Amino acid sequence: MAEQSVTPTNAPAIGGLGNLTKRLFVKLGILPFLLFIAMVVFTLLSENFLTLQNLMNVLRQSVYLMIVALGQMMALLTGGFDLSVGTALALSSVVGALVMATIFSMAPDMVWLAIAVGCLAGILAGVMIGVVNGAGVAFFNVSPFMVSLGMASVGFGVALYLTGGVPVYGMPRAFSDTFGYGSLLGMPAPVFVAVLLAIALYVFLYRTPQGRYFYAVGGNLKAASLSGINTKATLFFTYVLSAFFAAVAGMLLTARIDTGEANIGASMPLESIAACVIAGVSLRGGVGRLESVVLGALFIGLIQNGMNLAQIESYLQTVVLGTLLILAVIADQIRLRYVASLKN
Amino acid sequence: MLNSINKQQGCEEVGATPLPLLQTQAITKDYPGVRALDDVDFELLAGEVHVLFGENGAGKSTLISILAGANQPSTGQITYKSEPVTLASVHDARSLGISAVFQEFSLIPQMTVEENLFLGAEPRRAGLLDRARISREAQETLDELGFALRPDQRVDRLTRAEQQMVEIAKAFRSELQVLILDEPTASLTTHETDQLFELIAGLKKRGVGVIYITHRMAEIRRIGDRITVLRDGRYIDTVNAAEATEDDLVQLMTGRVVGAIFPELNLNAPGDVVLEASNVTTNDGAVVDASMTVRAGEIVGMAGLVGSGKSELMQACFGGLAIRTGTVMLNGQGITGHTPKRNIRDGFLYLPADRHNEGLMMTRSVRENVSLASLDIEPFSKGIFINRSGEKKAVEALTTRLNLSPPQIERTVEHFSGGNQQKVMLARALTRKYDLIVFDEPTVGVDVGTRASIYEFIVELARGGVAIVLISSDLPEILHLTTRAYVFFHGRTQAELQADQLTEEKVLAHFFEKEAC
Repeated sequence: MAEQSVTPTNAPAIGGLGNLTKRLFVKLGILPFLLFIAMVVFTLLSENFLTLQNLMNVLRQSVYLMIVALGQMMALLTGGFDLSVGTALALSSVVGALVMATIFSMAPDMVWLAIAVGCLAGILAGVMIGVVNGAGVAFFNVSPFMVSLGMASVGFGVALYLTGGVPVYGMPRAFSDTFGYGSLLGMPAPVFVAVLLAIALYVFLYRTPQGRYFYAVGGNLKAASLSGINTKATLFFTYVLSAFFAAVAGMLLTARIDTGEANIGASMPLESIAACVIAGVSLRGGVGRLESVVLGALFIGLIQNGMNLAQIESYLQTVVLGTLLILAVIADQIRLRYVASLKN
Repeated sequence: MLNSINKQQGCEEVGATPLPLLQTQAITKDYPGVRALDDVDFELLAGEVHVLFGENGAGKSTLISILAGANQPSTGQITYKSEPVTLASVHDARSLGISAVFQEFSLIPQMTVEENLFLGAEPRRAGLLDRARISREAQETLDELGFALRPDQRVDRLTRAEQQMVEIAKAFRSELQVLILDEPTASLTTHETDQLFELIAGLKKRGVGVIYITHRMAEIRRIGDRITVLRDGRYIDTVNAAEATEDDLVQLMTGRVVGAIFPELNLNAPGDVVLEASNVTTNDGAVVDASMTVRAGEIVGMAGLVGSGKSELMQACFGGLAIRTGTVMLNGQGITGHTPKRNIRDGFLYLPADRHNEGLMMTRSVRENVSLASLDIEPFSKGIFINRSGEKKAVEALTTRLNLSPPQIERTVEHFSGGNQQKVMLARALTRKYDLIVFDEPTVGVDVGTRASIYEFIVELARGGVAIVLISSDLPEILHLTTRAYVFFHGRTQAELQADQLTEEKVLAHFFEKEAC
């Protein structure tokens, strides 16, 4: 009863525009408004912001976050979350780079073999984090918070141990040239991979029964189970997928910076959860759309890029990002209240 | 606390010229797309029990939540003791002496009785909790009300009836003038109900006005003074409880003359055995050595108290509870320990009693909820992909057949009334060809009109040759709707009653047989 409590609409005559804004807010959520405000503010702050080249930059810079956020969305949809996406990314970068560099140094002729095996090894290493997360959540009923927090520490430790804290060099040039700076069909390679992954996940989520089951498990676990859904397998798969996406982002990022780094994913858990939440993915599970998450990640990239152009210090940028996340959650609550008070 | 009660007793006896204690004038409440209350006038006199009567979604719950301060009206005025008031919160209402006991209790399970009683208004001494005073006053309140509860007991160790008592005792913390009870007897035993009614009679004498929501005619007869009927959020009529017949009330409630709620059975002769459970014992001990069979085209009832094992046995057969010993056969094949997924594919569906927690995804659409269990077959999917248009068409056809209202399949389930949510769940029974369907309490929290259509739905399935198991705590359902029934007691099948033995006395006798010993 109490959660239905609704304050009577105490803003009677805002006029048609106010009402329209409110309706749009209820329908679309906070993201379009934030995007609009960000565009206006940064355009005013810097004349370089609203140029085609800069916007392409934003896109290229935010694909890594976008890919990680897609995985994070899976965890949120099923009612959990994944705090170890950063480590999965870092571990895949380190392991991928090590394997690739080792093979390349032993057999300098077989460039593509080194790249293929290295990528595979890196992604596998990242996925292993998801396997443990998934097993913990699905089969041992541990809270996703605890498992993924623990695995974040384990993975980070392993990545540091493997490298001794030093960046890994010595990968073939072709790796960085192709996956870091190359382009395909007129698209930068990382963007191409992200688009491919997003489309594949879209088809999987919205066109196959198993995709629907992720929403069902997040919507009501017990009901899903009684409807003949293998909830354990679904939960397990969720975390494996989340880690897989993070690991792919890890390999792409490794190609971009041409080194294997244990420290690259530190901000990913916060940023990926922020991208999802700003995009309207419910923390209670069962609600959220892939398209919005893509926009959410782009928005965060846009903010970071805009702040860089406006020469805002990087320490302050972290403050802004955290604030935005909290604002988004508050806005979501206000929206729920509007939904109740607004009659169609 | 004691003071406040004495003070009320000090009030002059009301009755000769009753004062309107609480009144609403033209109360309207709007939710998105729904007008939950439309221009409702309601009047409560001091010292009366005023029953609110109506179908689910008629607006009873909205009205009492407004009167209790949990919800605010969109327009309209509330008058309390002839003065207009605004009830902005439950706290506001409570400080005026208006307290409500809702179906969902507002107790903290991990805290003790006394801690719950004083939650939010703890007496303090020098800024610290005055535990001695809390204990003493809690005991006084419980004694005053005649509740045999220990103040230092943890609430989660209490039975549901005892929790209800705590909830009522909580309402006495302030000077109680208006008590609102929402289906308070739903989970009480006969004895506990008697106790509650005595308490209500005592309150009436003190001039407290009681608003009482119930679906049970017997209760209206026993304690009701006046009855206000709501339908579709509108005020229909207020009648004296002594003069109104059941038919009158049902007609007021539904707006039409309702014949028998239960359809004629007219079932064909039962076919082959579909489900056979032999000597099933579950891991958790909820079912002990229980056996049952169902044949095609038969409706078999499962009666017994809540927790007697009637529901647990079927859940165990379906794969929802782990079986320790015993066997389950479906169509002659062993299915002991199979998962729900496998059973559904083999033509065995179990529809749970608790649609909120076990049945539906409240934040998803009707379409997704209906098709959930059948996404692996046509027309819901084609190959590995979902067939979106096929799914839409199939769900639309099913919801039309079940008269879903409003007929919007993309609307999220949480925005439907209880009866319509139930229809969404029942629609699952039609999404594939089932040989056996278990309905667990299919009419809990469902209004009379919808109940009749659910019964019709079940009987139609049986006529089509589906084996039906009906688990119900509602005795008339067992008596009128089943061709054979098992009675459960303490996890065991206590008795099997054939059609000619299905009488109220016979069934009830087995409910309590061992308890009486």
